[in-house]
Amino acid sequence: MGNHSDGSPNHSGTVATAGQNEVEKFQDPGIPPHRLRLADTDPRAAKKAERQVALLFGISVVGTLIFLVSYFAIDLGNDSSIATIRLQNALLGIGTAFAMLGIGTGIVHWAKALMPDHEVSEERHAIRTEEDRQAAVRIVDDIVEETGIKRRPLIRNTLLGAVALAPLPALAIFGDLGPRPDFALAHTMWAPGPDGKLKRLARDPDGTPIKAADVTIGSAFHVIPEGLNELSEGKLNEKAKSVVLLMRLDPAELHPSPERIDWAYNGIVAYSKICTHVGCPVALYEQQTHHLLCPCHQSTFDLTQQCKVIFGPASRPLPQLPIAVDSEGYLVATSDFHEPVGPSYWEREQHVLIPNS
Amino acid sequence: MKAISQKRRHPLAAIALLLMGLLVTGGLYAVATTVNQAKADTTYSASDVAEGGKLFAANCATCHGVGASGSQSGPSLVGVGAAAVDFQVGTGRMPMQMNGPQAEKKPAQFNEAQTKQLAAYVASLAPGPAIPEASVIDGKGDAAKGGELFRTNCAMCHNAAAAGGALTRGKFAPALAGVSGQHIYEAMVTGPQNMPVFNDANISPEGKRDIITYLKQIESNGSPGGADLGALGPVSEGLFVWIAGLGVIIAFTIWLTSRTS
Repeated sequence: MGNHSDGSPNHSGTVATAGQNEVEKFQDPGIPPHRLRLADTDPRAAKKAERQVALLFGISVVGTLIFLVSYFAIDLGNDSSIATIRLQNALLGIGTAFAMLGIGTGIVHWAKALMPDHEVSEERHAIRTEEDRQAAVRIVDDIVEETGIKRRPLIRNTLLGAVALAPLPALAIFGDLGPRPDFALAHTMWAPGPDGKLKRLARDPDGTPIKAADVTIGSAFHVIPEGLNELSEGKLNEKAKSVVLLMRLDPAELHPSPERIDWAYNGIVAYSKICTHVGCPVALYEQQTHHLLCPCHQSTFDLTQQCKVIFGPASRPLPQLPIAVDSEGYLVATSDFHEPVGPSYWEREQHVLIPNS
Repeated sequence: MKAISQKRRHPLAAIALLLMGLLVTGGLYAVATTVNQAKADTTYSASDVAEGGKLFAANCATCHGVGASGSQSGPSLVGVGAAAVDFQVGTGRMPMQMNGPQAEKKPAQFNEAQTKQLAAYVASLAPGPAIPEASVIDGKGDAAKGGELFRTNCAMCHNAAAAGGALTRGKFAPALAGVSGQHIYEAMVTGPQNMPVFNDANISPEGKRDIITYLKQIESNGSPGGADLGALGPVSEGLFVWIAGLGVIIAFTIWLTSRTS
């Protein structure tokens, strides 16, 4: 009494056991009596099931033929209409579905209705004996004993050291797998050219420059740097870093911090379109609330507070592109972004410290 | 031609050439600016304006103020132009049924003549974007170019298949299927509610025509892949697969384990 942990139902200390001491031994009920199917007794039912299976396989054949006919008979050229493409897509799909389903359901129906279905019970294997277990332990003990690893710590320690050091060369080699990005993430095409020429803001996708007068209040321009379309290689990589959203607000609604006073022009502001969370294009602009919304994870940026994050998982404001107007009235970027655009990466903190304008 | 070429060494030839050049440049510039202003040119009669003024006073002035100068409940309409009126009233967004995240489309409250009179009145207050000409909304532009412009400027809110999408706090960008080319054009030039303005310097009238062409084309073509489930992407497709697809799998497992009679 009182020992609750032995798990024996006959010696529970807390449950009244009067009259329950005689536990009935569980009888193995064995396999239930075999029940014959219709197809086992009635030859006509068996014949019918056979025909059903054949029909299912036949459906599969028809499906394959539908696929082949629609693939070869419907000729898709450059001038095919959407309706033709849709018809072919539908027939290819239906054909494949029937071809696969016909075989699968046919085999299952065959097995269920016609193949022998007598029940078989498989006996358990004998559990391994204690002697076998002891023998295995002895083998391991012998190995440890004969290597003498316990008696020779010098060998043991040098072996451990060698094994621990061996993978290190692999680490060095993996470092060479690809080009290191180095400062590529810290700079964009917006930096002034080598001759000090400031980059103009151009329309995406046609690349024509934008005049300040073109940007009326409430407008949103999707902007790429001047010269992006003329790049012969790496155009997409450059575009991915340098896309900008250009908007014009009532200047009274902007609240620039002192060091950003001259980054806007008459209420026209330019912000990186790359979300600081995972880099989706933040291009949903609500012109009345002045909120920018990222479509991927709903990060929301407030344009009137220098694109501060007001909702969602982004952790930093969108980087602002300082802009001005050149002598011909076109909008230009006075420098590159003052911080790397887009999501965080390992070296980002060091790159912020590098003046990249 | 021979007479001209003989006189080209005449002492006054240079002056004549200069004059001709100036005339041509000036003329072209004048034509170009009138093309830009042609849309502000109204074909409204004085009676349209007068009737519109009465309609405005009776139906709109409560919120938008006497003389459309705005009040605490509604913005000033001076300078919004006829296009804004035609869009807002023509799609039933105005008069607004109730306050909400945004004015929603509903059956138009005014007939075409009344909408035109209202537009005439608002356009008479100050110049603003006019109702587009038939030539830019005919849907016969370059659909491929329109698609490129649409994906750059519109698809982030209106969805790549123009099926619409959610914004913040109950606001949404509506689906564009079934919207007339004229209303799409007017929405681009006026930027209704939270939609940004896409003026002619941003997307040229030709580009807007291409966008409308593209939208009409994808609408009439339908989905090339069969049922598009609202073209809403993983939400509707996932719902369908989880319910219908899992349902089929469950049905098959029940059939697999059942006994045949």
